[in-house]
Amino acid sequence: MKKKILSAAIGVSVLGVAGAASAATLDDVKAKGFVQCGVSQGLPGFSNPDDKGNWTGIDVDLCRGIAAAIFGDDTKVKYVPLSAKERFTALQSGEIDVLSRNTTWTMSRDTQLGLNFAGVNYYDGQGFMVRKDLGVKSALELSGASVCTNTGTTTELNVADYFRANKLEYEIVAFEKADEVVAAYDAGRCDVYTTDQSGLYAQRLKLTNPGDHMVLPEVISKEPLGPAVRQGDDQWFNIVKWTHFAMVDAEELGVSKANFGEMMNSDNPEVKRLLGTEGEFGAALGLGNDWAANIVKLVGNYAEVFNANVGPDTDLAIARGTNDLWSRGGLQYAPPIR
Amino acid sequence: MADLPLTGAPASARADDPRRSLVIAFAVLCVVAFYASAAICFYGSDLFGPIRAVGNIFTGLFSGRWGTAFNPMAWITVLFTLGIVMRTVSWFGFEGQQSYAGNFFNDSGLRNFFFEMLLLGVLGWLFWFIVGNAVNNLAAAGIASGFDFLRRPAGFGINFSPFINYQEVSSYGTVYFVGLGNTLLVAISGIILATMIGFMIGIARLSHNWVISRLAYVYVEVMRNIPLLLWIFVWYFSVLRLLPGKADPLDLGPFGLLNIAGFYAPLPIWGEGAAIIPIALLVGIVGAIFLGRWASARQMATGQQFPVFWASLGLIVGLPLIAYLAAGMPLTFEMPTPSRFGPRGGARVPPEFLGLLVALVTYTASYIAEIVRAGILAVNKGQTEASHALGLRQGQALRLVIVPQAMRVIIPPMTNQYLNLTKNSSLAVAIAYPELVSVFAGTVLNQTGQAVEILLMTMLTYLTLSILVSLFMNWFNAKMALVER
Repeated sequence: MKKKILSAAIGVSVLGVAGAASAATLDDVKAKGFVQCGVSQGLPGFSNPDDKGNWTGIDVDLCRGIAAAIFGDDTKVKYVPLSAKERFTALQSGEIDVLSRNTTWTMSRDTQLGLNFAGVNYYDGQGFMVRKDLGVKSALELSGASVCTNTGTTTELNVADYFRANKLEYEIVAFEKADEVVAAYDAGRCDVYTTDQSGLYAQRLKLTNPGDHMVLPEVISKEPLGPAVRQGDDQWFNIVKWTHFAMVDAEELGVSKANFGEMMNSDNPEVKRLLGTEGEFGAALGLGNDWAANIVKLVGNYAEVFNANVGPDTDLAIARGTNDLWSRGGLQYAPPIR
Repeated sequence: MADLPLTGAPASARADDPRRSLVIAFAVLCVVAFYASAAICFYGSDLFGPIRAVGNIFTGLFSGRWGTAFNPMAWITVLFTLGIVMRTVSWFGFEGQQSYAGNFFNDSGLRNFFFEMLLLGVLGWLFWFIVGNAVNNLAAAGIASGFDFLRRPAGFGINFSPFINYQEVSSYGTVYFVGLGNTLLVAISGIILATMIGFMIGIARLSHNWVISRLAYVYVEVMRNIPLLLWIFVWYFSVLRLLPGKADPLDLGPFGLLNIAGFYAPLPIWGEGAAIIPIALLVGIVGAIFLGRWASARQMATGQQFPVFWASLGLIVGLPLIAYLAAGMPLTFEMPTPSRFGPRGGARVPPEFLGLLVALVTYTASYIAEIVRAGILAVNKGQTEASHALGLRQGQALRLVIVPQAMRVIIPPMTNQYLNLTKNSSLAVAIAYPELVSVFAGTVLNQTGQAVEILLMTMLTYLTLSILVSLFMNWFNAKMALVER
């Protein structure tokens, strides 16, 4: 091991990695009094600031859930907007405690970047958006098109794979910020805008005439989006992982923000374990026994979070689909609390 | 400081000097202490660890295993050892030649030597600590390190690579060269154009024509008082919106097509026997240089003038033209043709390049204009009057008398502007021009996560570019400097 470390070639750099390796994140967070959460620079439905600077979205609600579990107060979060390019460095260097920024879980990210994905809070897939007047019905008709996307994303790689595999010519125009991609696509620089399908629906709202654009039916990749934490701190990893699971379990058990009061008196042992009226599950995480109760009380269960941010009643109008509970044919499945 | 002996005694005469053995002993002690502490702290008390690591540099370099050769800890060890050796040698060459105060504590040369060695040791250790810490922490955090990633396939597309054949299967190392090529392209064309426009504006600023000088003044103030990044956005996004869509490009006739996806120039296709044309061009240029020398030598000797400009133009343009006709006109142009997703064929220049180039050129030109104006104003008015008195026309006076003298003032600050332009080209990341920072320090960094290696490579690249520009400009400055007789 020593030998390997030494033959590792790193340049002279005063990168702020000292001490970032094995600190107990929970202790740091408790000492600071808030969770530092890396989010996007504005993606409606996932993490988006309103005109008063309040963040909302499915990724933001996960951060609120973590804060609720630790402090019993979902407002004790500091949001750090990050570009796709900055996000991993910010997590590695300890600038943020958790990265909850519509980030795709891939093998290379999981194994080479010194981070761990704590779960999947949104199952997504990459799609294409085009102008309706282009008259294109399928992505296979896109040979010769210019494609706008973000740099440093899996999107950029998937689109290269897809066009290569189907022997289509293309020109990639990759910007650093999502807003610049949208502006360039809106100006007509590109024929196609590609990103995760949820992102396409979200960004379409920012275009001059959203009605003039359509999302093509092809989904060309698996994009499991989820929160990531630094490798080497299992306690913190567990807290983030179980914050998401608690929301999913709560939905499955029918516990919601709305009926929280009556559920506290439930006789169902599963509900009692979730809400901490039976057992000592919070202590094992280093938290209070009401950790999950606080998540549900202050943030809600997974269905409430989904419907409030991206669901059918929102501007995004995304159906549950693959993100429905496993019991209803979806992929959201959480291990039991026991 | 001890007095220098008036008669320089040879070094060998001082073999009995007691300081010599002390200096050597201290130097050896320093090296041993450094290696031992390194071995204990970073090589698990393996006393020969640092020596082996240094040896690995050389075996790595010779066998082409770069991962071994670029071990930073070993390099610091080498540099530190070299520093100690050089300081010791310099002691023998300088302080050792001076007379001995007779007492270790009162001898200033000896004192200096000790403290400088201590400083060297502390510095070496500090570097060691920082780098060692970074290496250990990266490994402990499970972040991959080393330069092996350069061989891995990149997997993403790049839309502009005029010099290198880049495919998605090309390596990250190729991406580096694509980015470097694009940076150089925009920097070099930017420097040339900015110099030309800057000179014109600078001279226009001094024009006696009120409208022209005011226009130049407004240009300079508007351009240089607004941040460059804003200009890049303005040129890119506003100009993009003005251009026609991809399906109906603006037809520029023989010059090609222009639309939102770029400028499509006719692509020259060289036929058989076309190789003679560049040869003719080369001959023409060399001929023009000799003609210029001959003409000025003749003018010096006899006072007779020769129309050098027109003759050179004839050589440089005429010779290739004759070669072209003689070879049977082996040049055809592939014209771009419109299609649904934009024109096909031709040589495409993407709007990202044009936007960045225009922004960099117009912005830097405003600074260059001010430098040129200052340079011309620095030449005494008497020079203008004298040249007019000699019968030179306004243009001749400027070209033959004023500008050559103004150059001495202009060149040094011009170097700064060239360096700025080169470094500012990294702002291209905002508008998707695939230069070094955008594709290498951006996309590649994001995919590999190896921030330290990639940023180090990028920084070293810009440092090298800047030093090269500096060296060239210093050489040029020395050439243009006032030669005093």
